Amino acid sequence: MPFSLRSILKPGLLLLASLLYYSPAVQAAPSGKLLYGMHCASCHGHNGKGGMGVPLALDSFQGSVSDDYLKKTIRFGRPGRVMPGFTHLSDAQIKAIVKHVRSFSSATPLQDSGLLVSGNVKRGKELYAQRCASCHGANGEGGKGTGVTFSRPRDLPIIAPGLNNSGFLSAASDSLIKSTLMNGREGTPMQSFLKQGMTEQDIDDVVSFIRSYETRTATKTPQKNPDEKAVIIMDSPHDLKTTIAQVKSAAVAKNFRIIRTQELEQGLVEKGKENKNEVIVFFCNFETLNKVLAIDPRLGLFLPCRVTIVEKAGKVQVMSINPRYLSALYNNAELDAACDEMYNTYIEIIEEATL
Amino acid sequence: MRRLVAALLFMAWSNVSVADNHGGLIMHRSMQTFPEAMLALQTTIGEHGYKLSRVQRVDIGLTKSGYKTDKYRVVFFGKPSEIRAVKHSEPQLIPYLPMKVVIFSEGSETLLVAADTSEYSKLVKNQHIKDLLVRWNNDIHSIFSDVK
Repeated sequence: MPFSLRSILKPGLLLLASLLYYSPAVQAAPSGKLLYGMHCASCHGHNGKGGMGVPLALDSFQGSVSDDYLKKTIRFGRPGRVMPGFTHLSDAQIKAIVKHVRSFSSATPLQDSGLLVSGNVKRGKELYAQRCASCHGANGEGGKGTGVTFSRPRDLPIIAPGLNNSGFLSAASDSLIKSTLMNGREGTPMQSFLKQGMTEQDIDDVVSFIRSYETRTATKTPQKNPDEKAVIIMDSPHDLKTTIAQVKSAAVAKNFRIIRTQELEQGLVEKGKENKNEVIVFFCNFETLNKVLAIDPRLGLFLPCRVTIVEKAGKVQVMSINPRYLSALYNNAELDAACDEMYNTYIEIIEEATL
Repeated sequence: MRRLVAALLFMAWSNVSVADNHGGLIMHRSMQTFPEAMLALQTTIGEHGYKLSRVQRVDIGLTKSGYKTDKYRVVFFGKPSEIRAVKHSEPQLIPYLPMKVVIFSEGSETLLVAADTSEYSKLVKNQHIKDLLVRWNNDIHSIFSDVK
């Protein structure tokens, strides 16, 4: 390897950056705006108007949550509901982000009383089923459509939160939930239940029922199966050309349309110099594509579907990504079923092609 | 080199980690419109020494099939010598090659998503490839920073 100035400077610069990064002077003054831009803006928008994430600038949202709720939400996230937990940020950094989020609105933050609510859980369950389940789900799992951005057709800028979510339950105090039930959130479907005829006791019962999720069915962070492989690989008994034809045939039999077949190196190297023994077959079912992008548009990173066929030393292998392995990257429980379906489809196509 | 210096100093100054990811994904929002962001993305990919191999126009396929979507593309790119090194040393990563960025519009702004390639380094044994995957990740951060 040639000895160059770059080879000396690069480690030196990395060291310099590390020293600066851990420097107390730098750590002492985190910029909320900068941190928000780095960590939050991609989902919530630079001005907090929302997108994949909650519209943080909404006055009724800002007025109904405490700083402590925001801090805990950033720290713990919402397992399985896209919002990650920022465990690597310091308390000072999270505080700075919250301060910046507060600059989006002039609404007065909720001053959390910290009082615990004591209601009748059984009665709260009945009231929840009547009044809340249609938006928040029969089991408090929250509204569908988590992960959807305005790139897709969408009715509302906000999705009913998952009330059984461990992140939500950690962040939301009893008094915050009660206050939201009593006052609603203007600009969202969440109405004031006091105005809808519920009494304060009714609301206490619902709060106690929601709190009881903590000991019953609270969601946890989706765990990656440690045994799940990153790729699906099968040996083919056929030659390269036959295997490619079999992959296409199997994909078409599964209602996919072949989009294109190309060498892996196509477009990367001079035309004609591609390795002809590494071929990708791209295929798509647009109905399925539309369905999964409606669940989470970030999934496009592994779409359209593709199977790679490689011949090396006379051995032909057929391989693809493993959607089950990848689903854990998205922190979106709604994707799990879709990824399972994709996994089974890949297995069936590759098995069929390598028979 | 200037890019490297700027990126490292920026990261140090901004007090954020190199791999600020959302569960293994790198996400960025550009305040540029889709055409501007797409042009900036393609330009900076080239400036970082990568070759753009293809742009998959997902939105066109969806629209032709009768589904509603805003602009949505997948940009494939890589450095031939590095792609070959990974293929040779760690063939199980072939289905993840070449590198790609999803870019889609959200109103007047644009979202970009890429996989954190340093995550793949857990799957490989070769230290050179591990380092390469980490560098790819840093390059994607730098590329996204340019698109902003």
